[in-house]
Amino acid sequence: MTAAAAPTRTAFSAKGSLTLTLMRLRTFIALFAVLLFFAFAAPNFLSAANLVLMSKHVALNAFLAIGMTFVIITGGIDLSVGSIVGLCGMVAGGLILHGLDLDFGYTIFFNIPEIILITMALGMLIGLINGLLITKLNVAPFIATLGTLYVARGAALLLSDGATFPNLEGNPAFGTTGYAFLGAGHLLYLPVAIWALVVIALVAAYLARWTPLGRHIFAVGGNERAAALSGVAVNKVKLFVYMFSGFCAAIVGLIVSSELMAAHPATGETFELNAIAAAVLGGTSMSGGRGTISGTVIGAFVIGILSDGLVMMGVSSFWQMVIKGVVIIAAVVVDQAQRKLQQRVALQQIAQAA
Amino acid sequence: MSDRATSDPAVSDAADAEDVILRLEGVSKVYSGTVALKQTNFEIRRGAVNVLVGENGAGKSTMMKIIAGVESQTTGRILLEGNAVRFDSPSDSMRAGIGMVFQELNLFGNLSVAENIFANREIVKNGRIDHAEQERRAGELMARLQTNVDPRANIEDLMIGQQQLVEIAKAMARDARILIMDEPTSALSAPEVEILFRVIADLKAKGVAIVYISHRLEELLRIGDYITVLRDGRVTGSQAMKNVDLHWIVRQMIGSDAKDFSTAGAHEFGPEVFRAEDICLPRVTGGFAVDHVSLNVRAGEILGVYGLMGAGRSEFLECVIGRHAHSLGRVYVEGRLVRERDVGGRIARGLALIPEDRQRDGLVSVLSVAENLTLASLRKLAIFFHIHIPAAAEARAVRREVADLSIKVADPSLPVSSLSGGNQQKIVIGKALLTQPKVLLMDEPSRGIDIGAKGDVFRIMRELAAEGLGIVFVTSDLDEVLALSDRIAVMSRGRLTALFDRSEASGARIVAASALGHEVQAVVSAREVHS
Repeated sequence: MTAAAAPTRTAFSAKGSLTLTLMRLRTFIALFAVLLFFAFAAPNFLSAANLVLMSKHVALNAFLAIGMTFVIITGGIDLSVGSIVGLCGMVAGGLILHGLDLDFGYTIFFNIPEIILITMALGMLIGLINGLLITKLNVAPFIATLGTLYVARGAALLLSDGATFPNLEGNPAFGTTGYAFLGAGHLLYLPVAIWALVVIALVAAYLARWTPLGRHIFAVGGNERAAALSGVAVNKVKLFVYMFSGFCAAIVGLIVSSELMAAHPATGETFELNAIAAAVLGGTSMSGGRGTISGTVIGAFVIGILSDGLVMMGVSSFWQMVIKGVVIIAAVVVDQAQRKLQQRVALQQIAQAA
Repeated sequence: MSDRATSDPAVSDAADAEDVILRLEGVSKVYSGTVALKQTNFEIRRGAVNVLVGENGAGKSTMMKIIAGVESQTTGRILLEGNAVRFDSPSDSMRAGIGMVFQELNLFGNLSVAENIFANREIVKNGRIDHAEQERRAGELMARLQTNVDPRANIEDLMIGQQQLVEIAKAMARDARILIMDEPTSALSAPEVEILFRVIADLKAKGVAIVYISHRLEELLRIGDYITVLRDGRVTGSQAMKNVDLHWIVRQMIGSDAKDFSTAGAHEFGPEVFRAEDICLPRVTGGFAVDHVSLNVRAGEILGVYGLMGAGRSEFLECVIGRHAHSLGRVYVEGRLVRERDVGGRIARGLALIPEDRQRDGLVSVLSVAENLTLASLRKLAIFFHIHIPAAAEARAVRREVADLSIKVADPSLPVSSLSGGNQQKIVIGKALLTQPKVLLMDEPSRGIDIGAKGDVFRIMRELAAEGLGIVFVTSDLDEVLALSDRIAVMSRGRLTALFDRSEASGARIVAASALGHEVQAVVSAREVHS
């Protein structure tokens, strides 16, 4: 029966499936479109130096967007990532400059690897708090993470009374030198940040595709009740995604402060919105259950290239915002159109098979 | 009420014809794959209580939805006072003077009683809603129903019985010529039922035609004037109530023609594989949804659990699988106490549930056929400390279930939502089987699937039992429970009211047991109301 049905299906859907394939590949097409456009419109756009620089910009958003993708796939949202970026940068900077001041006259200085681990743990801790608020106390994800957005930002400002921690060169006596490696170091011709992104993206993609946990994340977002009745530990899955999102934000906090060799408490404001935009542009459904890591990374590149390219063209930043908004809305409109078309093609196939 | 027969208008045929306000002629309703109503005729008479009975799934609700304009018939016609009409939407039907009290309450929990009663028909004065007038009229209706519910109270703050009264008041407020009541007493206490019956008598005297649907047969005998029985989408009997008795109703409901059940293979039962002791599930509104239920099943045995809607059967299965954290009682698998409280832990101990509502509880519609099948058994499949899912092993497991359960799917990577109801049900069963359960809990496994798929599901159940699984299945279908079960448990109002061996079970005994406890409960809640 399958053999008989196959030729009719291909013959019938030739027209519908061409449109459908184009729509499925829309993020790729958008990526090539912006690349091509700026290659002609912006001078020096395709130079190696510029591409590496842009990738570094993109990487920051891509980290957050990868964490955000898992959260959104479970049907949640994480608004706190931008503030976590700021707080983690401040904590890392504070530990390098001033160490941990114990009230009875001693101060502990950690070395750089320890500081990195502490900062990552802090990011995961804030994610854990988000997750506990959402699972145990039944706070809606939007509200819970909105709350931690303010708390974390406030804490970042309190750490220095709003001032910047400058000159994170460290002191050789305390083993706190070498922080610049994260943001400015290179391995095999590429910045460390890019390698970190490659590793995180591959791990996240593997997680989504090949592990029970990844499958459970999709199941929780697709139908939480059915997932729970299938034995999926829904609360643990949710705790994981918020902790992972916090972890990604901590990495961004480290990289940003390392690049600047300074920690500013307002770092990361509105980063969460760029991360959501990248995830949505990459095909992640805000209603949960759908999304891919590769799509999100491409989405982050489209947004990043768009803003960098427009800067190089000398377009005003006000117009940049308008253009970014239009692109995001267009992406979702095409996404909806694709779903509808896909459904229609599927129904027609069923009708033809019958 | 005892003078029902004498107060009726003459029941001679000639007088009948004039009394009929609405008539369905040869009405059929086909959903994709299933026929819900087959060439049904139904008459609704003025100033009388027209009773409609049948098992769950017999087509009562479909018929009422057609009359109320929620669905439209596939074939046949509706005659309103002799003229053919067509109801394309609920508002068409409302304009024709038809009101309906829905079984599942259609109220806005966040609005007040008065706002609910006048929803979409707000009383407007000077372009603004006249809340005072609405509340006054709502108060009058509440007084007519002899309840002291405050018209300004929010619906969600009311007890379920009070909500049902509001639903009734809402229908009364429309001054309907035809009033359809679908299980209006399911949440009412005995005194409230008495009040409702008085209101019905009152409406009847005003010439309102009432359609009354209920599972409580005694109730029907008391207030009904005419009775129509539905079975499997057909009308099996239509009579004046005074000509019939309880036995006649049960006989028409159950019928005698056999359905497609594969025959029982003779096999020995093994040792006890499952035991539930004193399972209790307290209700938020007080009382128990599952009230100290104890059951056991042996390996290879099929235990059928019969009961009406709301009898606590599904809740019992959910307690066993660990869905309700606050449930009480003990569960044993193969004689050993199950200490795990979460669903995952209980699945690991060999329990598996096939939920009643596939779409809501069984399937993740955005995932593929394969991903749905393996969802509950990923940890079993995964290697390297349960981290990696090997693609080949997963594909093998999927292929095996697709073949074993004869699931018709061209490509397991298609979304599960592209399958028909019967095949979707098989996916849910396959998902449970992949966890290698020792006890299978099946909640209405044949609900909403066509005849052919039903036959498949029943065959699968038999085969699994023959392989030594213990099966507990819940159904509202008498034929099903009689044909498939080795033993039959009957539940009513959260309690286990009877346990029959296959040899001693009969339709009449099961129906009788399923109505038990309703009176007792009514007395208890009456006492609660007064104290």
